[in-house]
Amino acid sequence: MSVARHSQLSPLQRLLQGTPGLWIVLAVAAGASYGFVQSPRSLPVRLLLIFSLLLIYFMPQKGWIKLLYGGGMLLIVLPYLGLFNPFLMELGFQIAAFATLAIGLNIVVGFAGLLDLGYVAFFAVGAYLWAFFGSQQLWHTDEAPGTFTIFATFPFPAWWFWIFLGVGVVGAAFTGVLLGFPVLRLRGDYLAIVTLGFGEVIRVMANNLDKPINLTNGPQGITPIQRPPIPSFFTSPEFLEQLGQLAGRPVGLNDLYGFFFYFMAVAILVLAIFLALRLDNSKLGRAWTAIREDDVAAVAMGVPLRRTKLAAFAIGASFSGAMGVLYAANRTFVSPETFSLTVSISILVMVILGGLGSIAGVVLGAAIVTMLNIDILQTLSLQLSSLRQGSGTIPLLGIPWASLPTQLDPARYQRLFFGLLLIVMMIFRPEGIIPSQRRRLELHEEPAQEPLAAQLEGELEPDHKLES
Amino acid sequence: MRLHRPNLLLEVLRPLGQLLVFILGASAAISAITVLTAFLIRGTRTDMDLLQITLILLPQVLIDGIVLGFMYATIALGYTMVYGVLEFINFAHGEFFMFGAFAGVEFLVWMQGQGWLPDGQGWLAYLLLAGAVGVGMLISGSISVSTERIAYRPLRGAPRLVPLISAIGVSFLLQDVMRFYQSTANGAFYRTFPTFGGFSERITLFALPLDDREITIAIQMTSIVIIVVGSVMLVGLNYLVNATRLGRAIRSVAQDRNTAYLMGVDVNRIIAVTFLIGGALGGAAGVLWSFRFTRADPYMGFFPGLKAFTAAVLGGIGSIVGAMLGGMVLGLLESFAAAYLTIFTRGAFGAEYKDIFAFAILILILIFRPSGLLGGKTTQKA
Repeated sequence: MSVARHSQLSPLQRLLQGTPGLWIVLAVAAGASYGFVQSPRSLPVRLLLIFSLLLIYFMPQKGWIKLLYGGGMLLIVLPYLGLFNPFLMELGFQIAAFATLAIGLNIVVGFAGLLDLGYVAFFAVGAYLWAFFGSQQLWHTDEAPGTFTIFATFPFPAWWFWIFLGVGVVGAAFTGVLLGFPVLRLRGDYLAIVTLGFGEVIRVMANNLDKPINLTNGPQGITPIQRPPIPSFFTSPEFLEQLGQLAGRPVGLNDLYGFFFYFMAVAILVLAIFLALRLDNSKLGRAWTAIREDDVAAVAMGVPLRRTKLAAFAIGASFSGAMGVLYAANRTFVSPETFSLTVSISILVMVILGGLGSIAGVVLGAAIVTMLNIDILQTLSLQLSSLRQGSGTIPLLGIPWASLPTQLDPARYQRLFFGLLLIVMMIFRPEGIIPSQRRRLELHEEPAQEPLAAQLEGELEPDHKLES
Repeated sequence: MRLHRPNLLLEVLRPLGQLLVFILGASAAISAITVLTAFLIRGTRTDMDLLQITLILLPQVLIDGIVLGFMYATIALGYTMVYGVLEFINFAHGEFFMFGAFAGVEFLVWMQGQGWLPDGQGWLAYLLLAGAVGVGMLISGSISVSTERIAYRPLRGAPRLVPLISAIGVSFLLQDVMRFYQSTANGAFYRTFPTFGGFSERITLFALPLDDREITIAIQMTSIVIIVVGSVMLVGLNYLVNATRLGRAIRSVAQDRNTAYLMGVDVNRIIAVTFLIGGALGGAAGVLWSFRFTRADPYMGFFPGLKAFTAAVLGGIGSIVGAMLGGMVLGLLESFAAAYLTIFTRGAFGAEYKDIFAFAILILILIFRPSGLLGGKTTQKA
């Protein structure tokens, strides 16, 4: 930590410096954990928990200390708290899953500058791969949806999940190349539209491939999908009883799977972060930056355009393929509904909100959007509906809560929040919450360095092509 | 100094002639291909005479396709104009279309509430429909201009990804704003187009005998209205852009914004006007769309918007005539795919694949001819 770095610290970071900082962060984390044990269902406590993780990331301490703190939180404290409210593990799983997807998309959009609006298609490929081979769908390919019975056995044993984790990666990467080939020549907005169309094509196909051969079971989706087996040590009655004593409630197989998927998702996320960090500084990563900034100049400098773009698509897609397989196993059910455009856009919102090209930012963005999606808005909806049951009136307006129509459910207005977030971010902070160094410089150039034309009332496009 | 005085009559007749050529050419080509296919594979089905079925369906499929084509063309003009001026895909255009549809439907529903909607045909029914289209255009146009002012103008000069993402945001925001409004106002988030004026009446032109059955050529009043309104819009826009002072300013900004600025063209105003015109056309198309499919809902803009964009690219984005051609071709293709795909493939591929069709075409065009069917020299736009 040089002096120069310290001079750039924000007031919050200055507070977290040195030994006192360590204790402050520890106190916040311990307070949040204690609060969680006291009231496991409280939304503010959950937010405080996430906030303490953020503090750990931001505190200006040595790397290994932050790693120790973060690892302790993620691997010991959160699972322990999850014993009291299994929803925490579900939340953790979803955040980690979407963070992995966001990191994958970040490679395509943030690193290589190729705007992909159909990213969920790769997720769908992974999910449907395990859904097809991990369920009994293989036996029903010549039957219409809804007409067949469920057998006791499966064509593939459950441990094949591990193999399909790899198959999902390869399958999604292959799909990425497949999409990449025809759109290699496209740039910017055209690419966006084509990828959007591609995402819709995958969804329409999932919806309609129940005939002539029933591959996806149509809109009804595929269920049940097998979950990977858990080692018998964990499923033994003694172990479950011990866990139950710790939690103060009976712990069953479903709780165990909650922990299992949480750890799996965190493991994949950590791997993804590691890979993305390494890639960013690699030769390939620099080639991506080069084609993002100016592909003509990049080609002139000897960057193989075709291979570099395809690599971005394939690597970005592979992350979401792995997550797709895991997601299918976690839900034991997939249907085309899960892979709508809204999901693609919300992953994009995560990337934009956190900061294009910035890995820490993208993970934070994923945490915020996922919390908003499955926790904050849902909690608001619940509270609103309980208010609607009561006889109170809206403060200031004097209208009784009960007269609010049920359609005004905050959980149904995700698009409103996402849309607003996108516009506001683009206008006021296009580089995101935790910007990558390069973006910050790019989007906040010194006025003196800009071409004169840009200063004419600020509306004329300067002649630089910071091409998407 | 006036270099060129446009001939008013010519400016009206030329686009009309072009439209007619496009419709006839595209219809003839696609009908020929379909009938030929039916003839070639008629042996694969024993339960019905494939050729006969094809011929019986053909007139209706053609009319549906042309009507759809007019609507796509009208929406596509909004994309094409904005792209021509700003080189920017206005992602939220589908939502302007949706707002127009709702405005028109709300206007008619309000009229219905007043008891002013006639049941039978007559000049009043046409007047009211024209009023609905006008209201739709007004609302969409204003939404379009305000969007440009609030969400796009501050981002001009930023990297190209930035306004595009903002446009996606606007699109999502507008969908849910409308849903919110409809939910609070009506309790349901969609609206049904009121039935009035006897527009659903069919006029049978003539019938042709074919073996033991006959081909009836009938056209719904709705279709005629849409075709007429669509033609007026297209011709009017063509006139505006090619033969007026404002149109010249628009073209100059599209060609070179900086030079136009130096020549005294108020660039910001022209861009706002472009959004106004594009949005208004989208709104008109929205009213016609809900008139045709008798329903307006907050998410209706997505697919028509995407397909109209495809149409604009197909014809050559930035070109008004191209948008008309692209819309017509796409409308016909989709109508044919929806009608014949199921019959030809024995139900293996349903009409649902018509959406995939549009995207496949888009991708193929972008690969092989990024400048579109009528686009001039290929610039670095793709």
